[in-house]
Amino acid sequence: MSRSTSSDQLGRGLTALTGVSAALCALVVSAVILTVVSGAWPALKELGPKRFLFDTGWHPADGLYGMAPIIVGSLAVVSGAILIATPFGILSALFLNFYAPRIVGNLYRSALELLGGIPSVVFGLWGMTTVVPLLRRIHSPGSGLLAGSLVLSLMIIPTFASLADAAVRAVPSSLYASSLALGLRRWHALWTVVLPSARSGLAAALVLQTGRAVGETMVVLMVCGNIPLLPKGLFDPIRTLTANVALEMPYALGIHRSALFVSGLVVLMLVVGLMVLVERVRTEE
Amino acid sequence: MIRRGRGVDRAGLVAVWAAAVLVTASFVAICCGLFAHGWSGLSLKFLSEAPSDAGRSGGILPILASTGLLLLTCLAITVPVGLGTAIFLTEVVPCGHRGGRLVRRSLELLAGAPSIVFGLFGCALFCNLLGLGFSIMSGALTLACMILPFFVKAAEEGLRAVSPELRLAAAGLGLSRQKALAFVVLPAASYALCGGLVLAVARALAETAALIFTSGYVDRMPRSVFDSGRAVSVHIYDLAMNIPGGDKNASSTALVLLFGVCLLNVAFRKLTMRMMGAK
Amino acid sequence: MRCRVGLVSYGAVLAALLFSSCSRSSASSTMTLTITGSSTIAPLALEIAKRFEVSHPGTRVEVQSGGTSRGVSDVRQGLAQIGMVSRALKADETDLLPVLIARDGVAMIAHSTNPVSALSKDQVVSIYKGETRTWDKAGGPARPITVVNKAEGRSTLEIFLHYFGMAAKDVKAQVIVGENEQAIKTVIGNPDAIAYVSIGTAEFEKQHGAPIKLIAVDGVVPSTAAVADSKYPIARQLNLVTRGNTNDLTKTFLAYANSNDVADLVESQHFVRPTR
Repeated sequence: MSRSTSSDQLGRGLTALTGVSAALCALVVSAVILTVVSGAWPALKELGPKRFLFDTGWHPADGLYGMAPIIVGSLAVVSGAILIATPFGILSALFLNFYAPRIVGNLYRSALELLGGIPSVVFGLWGMTTVVPLLRRIHSPGSGLLAGSLVLSLMIIPTFASLADAAVRAVPSSLYASSLALGLRRWHALWTVVLPSARSGLAAALVLQTGRAVGETMVVLMVCGNIPLLPKGLFDPIRTLTANVALEMPYALGIHRSALFVSGLVVLMLVVGLMVLVERVRTEE
Repeated sequence: MIRRGRGVDRAGLVAVWAAAVLVTASFVAICCGLFAHGWSGLSLKFLSEAPSDAGRSGGILPILASTGLLLLTCLAITVPVGLGTAIFLTEVVPCGHRGGRLVRRSLELLAGAPSIVFGLFGCALFCNLLGLGFSIMSGALTLACMILPFFVKAAEEGLRAVSPELRLAAAGLGLSRQKALAFVVLPAASYALCGGLVLAVARALAETAALIFTSGYVDRMPRSVFDSGRAVSVHIYDLAMNIPGGDKNASSTALVLLFGVCLLNVAFRKLTMRMMGAK
Repeated sequence: MRCRVGLVSYGAVLAALLFSSCSRSSASSTMTLTITGSSTIAPLALEIAKRFEVSHPGTRVEVQSGGTSRGVSDVRQGLAQIGMVSRALKADETDLLPVLIARDGVAMIAHSTNPVSALSKDQVVSIYKGETRTWDKAGGPARPITVVNKAEGRSTLEIFLHYFGMAAKDVKAQVIVGENEQAIKTVIGNPDAIAYVSIGTAEFEKQHGAPIKLIAVDGVVPSTAAVADSKYPIARQLNLVTRGNTNDLTKTFLAYANSNDVADLVESQHFVRPTR
């Protein structure tokens, strides 16, 4: 690991400073959770958690707060985005490090950095004005689960590719060189030697990007249709938990507003669940 | 066996190139759309005037100033805290340490919180509780909370990637851990650190929902970090989704943002090359 | 050496940021008015505020958005002096005093290539309830109708439902949108869509070449002129609300917002001045 000898510690001051920084990070998270829970508390107390799962549909004007289709919508669009983004991200990382000529690689890296700098509202607008009409030719109206997954994946590919790039680069070049020397072809060497060695960095990048996909609001608001119903096909409209909050929060009062905080709380719970899942997969390997 | 290997190898070659081409093509498509709508609106006037007619005419100077202040303040908070946390996770605590794991998990959770939650949290904590009100400072603090996970992750990976030989060599030369960290490890990780910074800044610039609730809507030139100021992404959102006829200026503003990110990347890359070359 | 340079420049940046904040204490001697609320009214309020500051030097008016409910709660909590509310006040909001500054009509829109330009009230109801699913039943081509509805809690939705006599859960839509512009962009991209938006927004977009058309319902052609003459049945109020015991600056601003000095601003944002 990174520590050479146990007796050789960092200066006490520096240790304290870094410890404080780390503690701040943990504190911020607690503060965020506290805000969401305190906002959600009135609705949870008055309606009880069961109503959020078993009410028939989300119609706050009529007192119905069934969030189940919205939760499924969130999970569906995020799964779709991850399914698309993971291969593209890993392939991009391999491309940058093992396949691309120097200039092409630099150009692609710049393109990725720029793509990552585009605000989500621009992605959403592009999705609404270009992707959705294109998909409309296949199945009216075009907005829905597939549109959301496509545009969302495009949003997370740049960051995931950058982090995957860093993870792949961290693999000692001697590993790759020696596997080639043993007679393995390039793709085979990458697939069986380099990628598995970069596994922990790749997994960490994936978790971070999945978390970001779950939390994304603007894009899904503009291209998913926002109908709180269970999706039965790729072209069905869905609503995500985040779009739910963004759509209705500006005009919600009282219990409706608190119910929207419950939406936010469920997002956080989903992210925690995700982390637990990844942890389990990691320990199983 | 060799023939099958060649087929797979070729398929792998096609796959990586196809991935790169598809992603680049989407990027070009987005840029073309922005250029088509927004290029005609770009001019020196656009960059030097204040918005008028709710943003449909005039320029974006106060918006650029607010965004610049926002970024500077945000980075002034994120870099020390993020770097400190990354050093804590890689140098101070042993692997599998409970505290280290708690911090890592907390950051992963933070990365997943939706931006609107950050908006409500930032508003409740920084605007109301700490009394900062709608201000660039509230926005910067909220943004810092949002981008911390990305910067820490990249910094951590960068520090870990520094080869153990370098650390051993530094120890062998009699450098203390502290000096080794400052003069050997950090410079060696500087490429990854700058990459993490660029990522964090890109993420911060793209943020909309959180900023509407914290740094606000006022499109005036801010007098200080305690004034309310509209960020670029909020301006783009308002023009595109709230103001009829605002599309052209929304695209122009998005182009300015893109150029800004471009310049930032170039600057960072030159800086890293100088840092690495000067070693 | 590099470390020291880095630390010094970091310190310089921090100092610059903090020094700039010192000017705040001198600026707080000006009177500040905070207005928060509906994002529909925010652009209009922003322009009125700019003009007000020019004609009343020494004042500072800050406009923030965040939604109608934010305007209501901020005024109640004293975080803002004026709230922007894009609807009439509800029965339980008797503690707030509204000042009407504009009216906004709601019109049905469709794509300009759609041959349908008039619908009856019953036809609209049956389309929005999902009973009529294709345009040929309403005089158009045999294509599936994409029904665009607004998110719950929005006043445009409430007025629409009220006029057509529907409940929120009766509506079977394919797309739900938030802001007016989202509805307009959805219709522009989809020749089979039908939606309802603010008349002013629709007229403006149409004037500037957007491929949309306004649909007459039961013979009533939507236009801002019809809203101005109070002849148009589906309209909503745009209000500035306060809590009652307001200070002088607030009173002056409210009077200014209602005066003829800002009539052109109301029209440039495509709303209708309330008739006196």
